Amino acid sequence: MLDSVEPYTTEDGRKIGGVVMEMKNITLRFGGVTAIQDISFDIRDGEIRAIIGPNGAGKSSMLNVISGFYNPQEGEVFYKGEKRPPMKPFQVAQQGIARTFQNIALFEGMSVLDNVMTGRIRQMKAGLFAQALWKGKAEREEVENREVVEKVIDFLEIQHIRKTPVGRLPYGLKKRVELARALAAEPSILLLDEPMAGMNVEEKEDMSRFILDVNDEFGTTIALIEHDMGVVMDLSDRVVVMDYGKKIGDGTPDEVRTNQDVIDAYLGVAHD
Amino acid sequence: MFYREAGDFKTSYAEDSQTFPIKFDRYRYYAVLVIAFAVVPFVINDYWVNAVFLPFLIYAIAAIGLNILTGYCGQVSLGTGGFMAVGAYACYKLMTSFPEVSILIHVILAGGITAGVGVLFGLPSLRIKGFYLAVATLAAQFFLVWLFNRVPWFYNYSASGQISAPERTVLGVPVTGAETAPWAAYLVCLLFVTASALVARNLTRGMAGRKWMAIRDMDIAAEIIGVDPLKAKLSAFAVSSFFIGIAGALFFSVYLGAVEVGEAFGINKSFLVLFMVIIGGLGSIFGSFAGAAFLVLLPVFLKNLLVGGLGWPTDLAAHLEFIIVGALIIVFLVAEPHGLAQLWRVAKEKLRLWPFPH
Amino acid sequence: MPEQLVFAMEVFLNGLMAGVLYALVALGFVLIYKASGIFNYAQGVMALFAALTLVGIMDGQVPFSHLINAVFGTEIHHFGWHLPALLAIVLTMVVMIALAWLVNHFVFRHLVNQEPIILFMASIGLAYFLEGMGDIMWGADIKKLDVGLPQGINSAIDEITFGIFDYGFFIDNLDIVATGIAALLVVGLVIFAQYTKQGRAMRAVADDHQAALSVGISLNYIWVMVWSLAGFVALVAGIVWGTKSGVQFSLSLIALKALPVLMLGGFTSIPGAIVGGLIIGVGEKLFEFAIGPMIGGATENWFAYVLALIFLVFRPQGLFGEKIIERV
Repeated sequence: MLDSVEPYTTEDGRKIGGVVMEMKNITLRFGGVTAIQDISFDIRDGEIRAIIGPNGAGKSSMLNVISGFYNPQEGEVFYKGEKRPPMKPFQVAQQGIARTFQNIALFEGMSVLDNVMTGRIRQMKAGLFAQALWKGKAEREEVENREVVEKVIDFLEIQHIRKTPVGRLPYGLKKRVELARALAAEPSILLLDEPMAGMNVEEKEDMSRFILDVNDEFGTTIALIEHDMGVVMDLSDRVVVMDYGKKIGDGTPDEVRTNQDVIDAYLGVAHD
Repeated sequence: MFYREAGDFKTSYAEDSQTFPIKFDRYRYYAVLVIAFAVVPFVINDYWVNAVFLPFLIYAIAAIGLNILTGYCGQVSLGTGGFMAVGAYACYKLMTSFPEVSILIHVILAGGITAGVGVLFGLPSLRIKGFYLAVATLAAQFFLVWLFNRVPWFYNYSASGQISAPERTVLGVPVTGAETAPWAAYLVCLLFVTASALVARNLTRGMAGRKWMAIRDMDIAAEIIGVDPLKAKLSAFAVSSFFIGIAGALFFSVYLGAVEVGEAFGINKSFLVLFMVIIGGLGSIFGSFAGAAFLVLLPVFLKNLLVGGLGWPTDLAAHLEFIIVGALIIVFLVAEPHGLAQLWRVAKEKLRLWPFPH
Repeated sequence: MPEQLVFAMEVFLNGLMAGVLYALVALGFVLIYKASGIFNYAQGVMALFAALTLVGIMDGQVPFSHLINAVFGTEIHHFGWHLPALLAIVLTMVVMIALAWLVNHFVFRHLVNQEPIILFMASIGLAYFLEGMGDIMWGADIKKLDVGLPQGINSAIDEITFGIFDYGFFIDNLDIVATGIAALLVVGLVIFAQYTKQGRAMRAVADDHQAALSVGISLNYIWVMVWSLAGFVALVAGIVWGTKSGVQFSLSLIALKALPVLMLGGFTSIPGAIVGGLIIGVGEKLFEFAIGPMIGGATENWFAYVLALIFLVFRPQGLFGEKIIERV
């Protein structure tokens, strides 16, 4: 059981720390539709946290709440121990929460390199004037951040397409570039919205390896949504299960697997 | 054969992100600069300066400005004429209020004032998008022209309602007013074009440019990865208007000398610059030059060919110009949305492999 | 009743009439926008082109005579006949349908699935093209258009208001007729869209053109039809405006006035176009009446845009537009 918040070490030797993000009684409505109803869960430092559930369960909405795109009507979000006031998405990103999207959201008109460089927005602070002259801080920042970005590009093995416009890439590579952009931000929490949607087995294996490596090498906390049960059970340390906007299970993959509510939701029982 | 990057290795990231990564391009660029600054001023005459070079250089600045807003940041503006008018009238007021200050500084200040006005009219861009915004910028166009037409303070209560540029000198050489030598006017504009292109290039290859393009390509995703849409859009409006203001100031003071606002900066000017950007290439500095050159040369060419060569009446040539420009816009949007700049890029790609394409 | 208030009432009524004319142009925009997602900047120039063609046909002008004379050194101008207005209108409509086909075939068919802003810019290109074409075909001089619409002060209203306020309102007969025509047009369009097979197909295409394609609707047919309808609306607007102020270039500028009307009313709503038109018409006339003299006059040039701009900042989708929900 993982009820305690004491740091611990997993079987494969990764360190899991305290809670970085806590969602408390989140309720989100669109007009009359309740997308998320009174859900609470936490994400701990260094872990891989999965959110699963059938279509329309409210998983993506949950991710959008975390990344600040939707502001919930009720409930509180605690980040690094502090209550987060309602924020714009870019402010959330500035706090170190990066994400990928279910339907790829890359900047099609820009090269792979420029796309990944946009991940460094948080770190690059040179003023417009310095940039206009390409001198001082602006020039220095460009080079320093390029080095970080090149490491990410190496890590995800996309060196060969560095200067290609993103619009020309095939689907699988686009997914990888999107991950690279999120990683370049050196986020404290990385949100992945169906990172393996629409991939074949081989691509899924690649992507799983990248996710594990990211978590392992950089110690990045990851929260992900995924439909492929096999992948979820293999990758994640803990799983939140959602159905019709409610939380129906939360725990380690083994606990969730044997949870009667979860089995019902997936195999289908008549809702009364 | 000469045009290739093989053997031209980059050993630092700074080298890799420079403006002309290929050696041949770089040398050609230097050569163009040398010719433009050191050769052209000695050989041009009055006709070429007034019919071709001055409008080309000034429109190039305006096109760079609009390209930053439309091509890079994706915000279509139909207010270019109005913003050029702000630049012109700001320059006029500065010239007449502070005659002892250099005209070069006045032009830059006029750009700054236009940037402020641009930001003001850019504020609605946070709420409205696409052609809603394009139509909203018409508000700027019509309001500004009306303002300069109706409020006498702006034209110093002159009886004609026009503004005309008094003589100002740079290093003792007159660059505005009736005594201006063609080469002096040319050099002043060239100076501003070169500086504008450099600044625009620096901004667009750095983080500012990436933010703009992110907003253009997918504004919601841009905001979620950390681009402040307010700052990004307003900075695009500011920088864009700055250049357009400089263009307007030069258009009035160095090129025309005297201006009536509705005539010089009407809605047609907005369309002209927008067309330059579309034909030249959205999101390309080089395209701004190509588009400006094309649309400045087209009427000159038509006039010489149809009126001078075939003896047609002038109004017929003017109507034909409308048809050609309209058709070209459509052809480019259908066949090559990235304009002349893309054609140029494709040609370069081919050249890079020539003569061994495989 | 104080004099100023009576004047204001007259201004208000005139504003309403002007608003109807704006709405007439705006209708053409809404039609094309709903069916194809194209924001057709050329709508105003189409009205000009239609009016030019109508005058040209009525007076028996030789099209392209200017050009032909310049190239061949000839001196032809007229066929030497005068056609009755009704026949000329029918012939002009044929030209507008041909234009619709050409526009679809050579321009917008190739731009399917492009971003709206690209389509918008293409329609600006089309506007330039048509403007040059109209001038080359029929000449750029100001022409008088008279298809028999009544003009001049409406004496009945003049007398009645004189009886009540001791001051006769000046309301132009043409404006009253225009209001009637606009009302007929709206009713006709609504009936067409709601109750005919083509109208249903048109709405289907507007909703989702791929789905429409998959159930066997010919997109090209619908698009040509919609552009023809817009051409018809442009013709009507061209006739009314041309009768009012002569057929000349400034006619195409009324299109620009229709833009703020649409921004107010929402681009997808026919009632929105009407209400928006009325608000703008009344608003700009009253503003000019009340505030104009204090700040230099001629505020009609920009009032509509600034009003629409301010309004949009608070309600981006317009009065009747659908609320935009953004998703990732």
